[in-house]
Amino acid sequence: MANILTANKVTKRFGGLVAVNGVDFNIPEKSIVSIIGPNGAGKTTFFNCITGFGRPDEGEILFEGNPIQRLRPDQITKLGISRTYQNIRLFADMTALENILVGQHVFLHSSWLSAVMGTPNVHREETEALAEAQRLLNFVGLRGKGDMLARNLPYGAQRRLEIARALATKPKLLLLDEPSAGMNPRESEDLTGFIRRLRDELGITILLIEHHMRVVMGISEAVTVLDYGEKIAEGTPAEIQRNPRVIEAYLGRGAATEGMATAHERHTGNTKKSN
Amino acid sequence: MKKENLLLNAVKAGLLGGAITIFICLVGMTEIFSKRDVIEKAITLGQFVLLTTIVAMGFSAARRTAALSDQNQPILSLTAGLVAGLVTGLVLALFVFIGYQVNLRAIFLNASPPLYNLLTFGKGQSNIWLLPVIGAAGGILGAAFLLIPMMFRRPLTLGLLVTFFLALFSGLFRVVMINQKGGVAKAAKYLFGQTGLTVEGTLIFFFAVVIIAFFWNYRGKEVRARIASLPKGGQLSLRVIAFILILYIAIGLPQVSGPFIAQVIVTVALFILMGLGLNITLGFAGLLDLGFVAFYAIGAYTVGLLTSYGPFGLQHVSFWVAVPIAVLVAMLSGAVLGLPVLGVRGDYLAIATLGFGEIVRLLAGSDFLAKYFGGPQGIIGIQKPCIGTLEAFVRVDVPRACNGIELGTVKDIYYVAVLSALLLAFVAWRLRESRLGRAWMAIREDEDVAEALGINLIQTKLLAYMLGAAFAGLGGAIFATLIGSIFASSMQLLVSINVVALIVVGGMGSIPGVIVGAIALIGLPELLREVSEFRYLIYGLVLVIMMLSRPEGLWPSQATKRELHHADAENVSAEGMV
Repeated sequence: MANILTANKVTKRFGGLVAVNGVDFNIPEKSIVSIIGPNGAGKTTFFNCITGFGRPDEGEILFEGNPIQRLRPDQITKLGISRTYQNIRLFADMTALENILVGQHVFLHSSWLSAVMGTPNVHREETEALAEAQRLLNFVGLRGKGDMLARNLPYGAQRRLEIARALATKPKLLLLDEPSAGMNPRESEDLTGFIRRLRDELGITILLIEHHMRVVMGISEAVTVLDYGEKIAEGTPAEIQRNPRVIEAYLGRGAATEGMATAHERHTGNTKKSN
Repeated sequence: MKKENLLLNAVKAGLLGGAITIFICLVGMTEIFSKRDVIEKAITLGQFVLLTTIVAMGFSAARRTAALSDQNQPILSLTAGLVAGLVTGLVLALFVFIGYQVNLRAIFLNASPPLYNLLTFGKGQSNIWLLPVIGAAGGILGAAFLLIPMMFRRPLTLGLLVTFFLALFSGLFRVVMINQKGGVAKAAKYLFGQTGLTVEGTLIFFFAVVIIAFFWNYRGKEVRARIASLPKGGQLSLRVIAFILILYIAIGLPQVSGPFIAQVIVTVALFILMGLGLNITLGFAGLLDLGFVAFYAIGAYTVGLLTSYGPFGLQHVSFWVAVPIAVLVAMLSGAVLGLPVLGVRGDYLAIATLGFGEIVRLLAGSDFLAKYFGGPQGIIGIQKPCIGTLEAFVRVDVPRACNGIELGTVKDIYYVAVLSALLLAFVAWRLRESRLGRAWMAIREDEDVAEALGINLIQTKLLAYMLGAAFAGLGGAIFATLIGSIFASSMQLLVSINVVALIVVGGMGSIPGVIVGAIALIGLPELLREVSEFRYLIYGLVLVIMMLSRPEGLWPSQATKRELHHADAENVSAEGMV
């Protein structure tokens, strides 16, 4: 399988701090890949490098073979990368439908002048956009919530809406930053199924940052572990669970004998860095 | 709750009331407002303002007491109101007493014998005892208001407000109605006095409003439901009727109202144009611009330079040609402002734009550029629009050589201004509903996320600056034509601040809000010439009260309204997660 995204020696510094240090990384097309690591390991920073939020200081990022590390976020989105955020960042004072419509911005072409004139083209485009937005809303299970303000939606619905908005840009690669944060086990199970549907039904490649090990181990085909900005392990979920360096990174030296599953549960229960 | 605590509260409210009333007296409001009646020969505006303060104190003391004491005890509330009013009256009495003994005028200019005379109803010291009595009565009245059930309190409040409003602007209504002759003129004389309402008028208006409001409370939902359930054709025709009615009033108004009111409306319309423009930049896209008057100036100067017969006129094209050019020039200047400040956010943006506004004003009025823009002398002899031969639509070479109809009077400009305001309101509405409008709002909400969704920030922000500037440019162009001359000194920072304020008061991002805001902040003070001395005092007070009690504005945009008032209700459902 070809790689949809390739990162070569990506480094990002903030002053003296090296947040991401020479990370090599591949995402095969139509796969589900996770990045895990203790808090502050540089996962979100790495996401930001891919989406153009913060340009990497060194290294290159190839999307479908083309370098994207110098592009603006809107240009990267147009190429087919979309994302959600760790702390939900919806347009809180806009309705759910409007949020999704903004996501379709790239595909709408009417100029402001024709919008003022109200030409038939604009009308048709808007009608189609609205139908598409409605379809996406239904797809994420928010039927009938379209006119609610994003801020008034319940937490879980906000997470779904954020995914719907990301889907509206018709991404080939979707980056989900801790999508199951704040969800109970049943909800995160639903989410797992939903993410799988995104890949299977829409053919979207998925890159996840996740703390819930049940979610990570359940759906990932490959897992990459970051610690202090460096990649310390890479492999299938089963391999990662057995990797002593990973266990050490999460629990500190001497804990390698403990099972990973319990270790991670402890980690997620205690959000402070545990080493 | 302990008794003395309740007493303390009431006394506190009274002392606050006393401080407010003394303040009102010392800034000179009482004296100046006394020249104007609210109800003819019964109560002056000055007395009314003081009395309102006392009643409000009684009301708030009673409400506080009701909140502090657990069970609902009317006697306690009434007592609290009485004490608060009494204390207010006593403080005021003490003030008058001191005033008679000591000359305070060295410090407080307005602490003059006429003021004391007013406060004692012309009887001097022997009448001071009246003040605490009136205070106590007013306090009880305020407290009693709290005890009225909500169902009646709302209509009563509305009745009082509307009647006061009518009284305040009675001169206006009177003039308009008297110009109609016949029965209407007679009715005007019956209802309105020279200043203020007549006693009969007050009663009629008050009860009419109360009764209508009461029934609307009762039946309003039903009526609205019935209108909503009308077939599409029915709703449409209702809308058409409303539209025709508004159109009829808009067209007829300057004919019956005389030039003064037309002038005020033109001013309001110009501020609506600017407000609609800034509403795009600030309300839609969230880009604060404190130098907005610059675009107004640029529009005005462009028209001036293109049409003036004076020494600085470069061309003598007609108004109709000059206006589109002015709009374009303003738009370009919007880009010129926008480009350097693209990356600037929030507070920094406000300061940067503030600088831009000042630069434009100073350059236009400078001696350095005086040979182009006239410096402090400004540009004079700006053409009036002319509707005539085809040629006149393009060029007018000889001064005052309009062969057709010259739109020279304020009434004529009224139509140009109001029509432009309506047109731009429509344009703004269409923009808001478009893809661009959504992009602006997304930028306002979260710039980074908007960019990550594929919105080109540079393009979108520049368009917000440019279109906003174009609206203001049109306003400036009409302004220049209306006045016939432009001076850099009229492009003050205060204009920019007024525009920001009217948007905030009307409701950020709301198009009807701009209109309501312009009427409230620009129109009403223009009409109330008597209070012009206290214009900015009242203005500031209104802004503070607005931001405390109704931060979403007078006429918020739909979405904002839902958000601010139903947030609590929604939080409840948020707990039951999906």
